[in-house]
Amino acid sequence: MHSFGYRANALLTVAVTILALMCAIASLSDNFNSPTPSAQVQVLNINWFQKHQDGNDEISLTLNISANLQSLFTWNTKQVFVFLAAEYETPMNSLNQVSLWDGIIPAKEHAKFWIHTSNKYRFIDQGSNLRGKDFNLTLHWHVMPKTGKMFADKIVMSGYRLPQDYR
Amino acid sequence: MGFIGETIDSIKSIQIRQVLSQAVSLGMIVTSALIIWKALMCITGSESPVVVVLSGSMEPGFKRGDILFLHMSKDPIRAGEIVVFNVDGREIPIVHRVIKVHERQDTGEVDVLTKGDNNYGDDRLLYAQGQLWLQRHHIMGRAVGFLPYVGWVTIIMTEKPIIKYILIGALGLLVITSKD
Repeated sequence: MHSFGYRANALLTVAVTILALMCAIASLSDNFNSPTPSAQVQVLNINWFQKHQDGNDEISLTLNISANLQSLFTWNTKQVFVFLAAEYETPMNSLNQVSLWDGIIPAKEHAKFWIHTSNKYRFIDQGSNLRGKDFNLTLHWHVMPKTGKMFADKIVMSGYRLPQDYR
Repeated sequence: MGFIGETIDSIKSIQIRQVLSQAVSLGMIVTSALIIWKALMCITGSESPVVVVLSGSMEPGFKRGDILFLHMSKDPIRAGEIVVFNVDGREIPIVHRVIKVHERQDTGEVDVLTKGDNNYGDDRLLYAQGQLWLQRHHIMGRAVGFLPYVGWVTIIMTEKPIIKYILIGALGLLVITSKD
């Protein structure tokens, strides 16, 4: 009844149970945080715009992204993954999401930022539909916790339009 | 003489009872583990509800040895989600983030491109030869939850099988010798 093995087993069981409970509570506590992030994106320049031999349009943009995501951070936040996607509709596709830029924010101090960049990933359409196309720029974020449930949300910014001609 | 015979009989019967009850309790442990696993499969709708991260391609978000909980709902796949996918000709599933989505107007089929957060380029090099996009059927689930370090147990056991055998042997010995 009071052997070494029995006591070790009981200790291990209690330790694992408490650890699991603490992880669950830490994850649940994220729900009490109601974030108020803000973001602004400007398209500063169209670097070039062309049609490939295979018939797909590709465009290169210079962007200015500024955002304040500090309110997303809680004590259970390991990092925030943030990315900017161009979203538009074409006759063939009901939704196109093309990631243009992304970044990892490791700490709250770095969550208020602005960046001047050309698109990190290629902005290629499936087909040739980008001339004069209206599109949304959406800033998405994924909150990666130290443990538990992951959260994601976005800010949609509309009213962007690509040029009528290749250049 | 009758007394000795009775004692021997009682010892024998006790041993048989002990062996039986040990076998039953061992069976209970195995079946309850199986029940939990299958129940998770039903709830999450994913073939493997829990996966262990094996590579560092999603660092610093997911490190080697972390555990991910998967969910496979009917919701459409969107950019930014972390999905687990199988590539034809590769046995081990990959956990990476979706960076591009093209969803068809008529059929609702999706073309998806993925990338590891810690990798420089996208995943086209990992896909089968000539494959440009992932389709719905490649994707096993999306990651919804995260638990650090726990997966090291399975990594150690698969990479150092000796430890697995020692552990199984010790547990078996414990079950046989226990007098409860």
